[in-house]
Amino acid sequence: MSGLSLFVQQSINGLTLGAMYALLALGFTMVYGIMELINFAHFSVFMVGTFVALYTFEAFGIFGQSTILHGLPLIGVLLAAFIVTMVVCGGIGMSIERFFLRRLRAVKGPASMITTIGISYILSNSVLLFIGGQGFNFPNPIPPVRFHFGQAVMQVEQPLIWVVSAVLMLGLTYFVQATKLGKAMRATAQDPEAARMMGVDVDRVILTSFFLGSALAGAAAVIFGLYYEYTNFYIGFDAGLRAFTAAVLGGIGNVPGAMLGGLLIGIIETMTSQFISTNWAEVVIFSILVIVLVFRPAGLLGRVAPNKS
Amino acid sequence: MPLDATSGLLLEFKNVNTYYGDLHVLKDVSYEIRHGEIVSLLGGNACGKSTTMKTVMGVVRPKTGTVTFDGTPIENMPTSERVKRGIAPVLEARRLFPRMTVFENLEMGAFMRKKGPEFHEDLERVYELFPRVKERRNQLAGTLSGGEQQMVAMGRALMARPRLICMDEPSMGLSPLYVEQVFDIIQTINKQGTSIFMVEQNASMALSIAHRAYVLQTGVVVLSGTAAELREDKNIREAYLGELQVEGAKAEAQ
Repeated sequence: MSGLSLFVQQSINGLTLGAMYALLALGFTMVYGIMELINFAHFSVFMVGTFVALYTFEAFGIFGQSTILHGLPLIGVLLAAFIVTMVVCGGIGMSIERFFLRRLRAVKGPASMITTIGISYILSNSVLLFIGGQGFNFPNPIPPVRFHFGQAVMQVEQPLIWVVSAVLMLGLTYFVQATKLGKAMRATAQDPEAARMMGVDVDRVILTSFFLGSALAGAAAVIFGLYYEYTNFYIGFDAGLRAFTAAVLGGIGNVPGAMLGGLLIGIIETMTSQFISTNWAEVVIFSILVIVLVFRPAGLLGRVAPNKS
Repeated sequence: MPLDATSGLLLEFKNVNTYYGDLHVLKDVSYEIRHGEIVSLLGGNACGKSTTMKTVMGVVRPKTGTVTFDGTPIENMPTSERVKRGIAPVLEARRLFPRMTVFENLEMGAFMRKKGPEFHEDLERVYELFPRVKERRNQLAGTLSGGEQQMVAMGRALMARPRLICMDEPSMGLSPLYVEQVFDIIQTINKQGTSIFMVEQNASMALSIAHRAYVLQTGVVVLSGTAAELREDKNIREAYLGELQVEGAKAEAQ
């Protein structure tokens, strides 16, 4: 392949990966924006999501890559997989907040964060114990259509992933900017006590942010499965760490920042793997993170220094 | 404005005790605010003025004692229910939502209400009272000057269509010109029918517009009366109205 073709190819791949990281990064950034808490349980909610999606496909009789659907049945099954996974993940996220983190909210220090790490390991080890530690073939009923741009190839899953991600991110942006609950969410992020004195139910706002963030992680999980056709109990940590990096790179707490950071990390990862070496991808990603943070500590779109004023 | 002596009670604190952990902040405090009044709460730093405001809004709950709003005990009600019943805050240091527009801040003031024609009526009323706020409505609140922010904070409270506005230090950090404007507007709002409970360090200003006042010292109400009485009170003149005498100051320090 020519250099240009390789570049086009890796841009296509990078955008796809980036869209997934962006969806996952939004969950980190929303929770941090409101509670200043880094929710490491998010890693494993995403991983559990891949298994929820896997079983949803299997419930429709779709195993591995041998069952190919077309037209309405395909759309219906994909829609069902997204909805079921997003709702289940959203429910898990809400339960984590409601039953564990809410009790710790008044506690200062790292107790909440350590709790999220603990929950993350409990979830991943539960999958290891009850489902298994091997890799699982992830069902994919999408016909193997390929589009060619010169020598570069785009699988039909890729534009599909872009569209789904764009719709979800636009939906989230609309929710946060224009709805009453979305405005309450922004107000709570900027001044929780003042928001409460306007009559905002802060508990409900926090619960909503966990639901939305975790539901987006569920969408990212379906995308991960369809794209890699693979999952195991450990994938949450790799993808999650990159998504978390994306959130910090874009400016943690900042919704457009998480989207931008996700796309950047995706593209950097594929370009490095192509033009340098796969082994160097993480070194490059984290070097760029460090360099950006040294010069812009609040991230690319974050507000510098007093984040709350 | 002459007040009818039979005016009913709007807000009443009865023997309220509030703690932060072991720290006893409000000690057996009782206040009364009647319909249509401006009542001022005077006192130095850390005397419990802000805690009083937080107790009214339900951010802090009293350990003992009752808080009654329009005849209903509210001390165990969540903040949102109090807002719904007609209590709105103007918080210390404005506390606007800095990265939301002025308009969105006003919308947050009306958070507990349905967004019907009443919302637009109230918006017009706020814009009429504060033409500056109307000019700035699409600007981020954090980019406004302190005086403009105070206007938005008062407008935000009015958007709740409150019966009682609790103001915490409305003059803090404002230039003298703005302080005068703010106090004029407080009087206007009051004349339009909203009662005001106001914590204020600027005692001479506060007493010039208040009907009655309470003086709080380390969590205890040490003095109360009509504004006219307090303006004439020797201790008040010494401690809060700038007529400080050396002996008075010493006595105060102890």
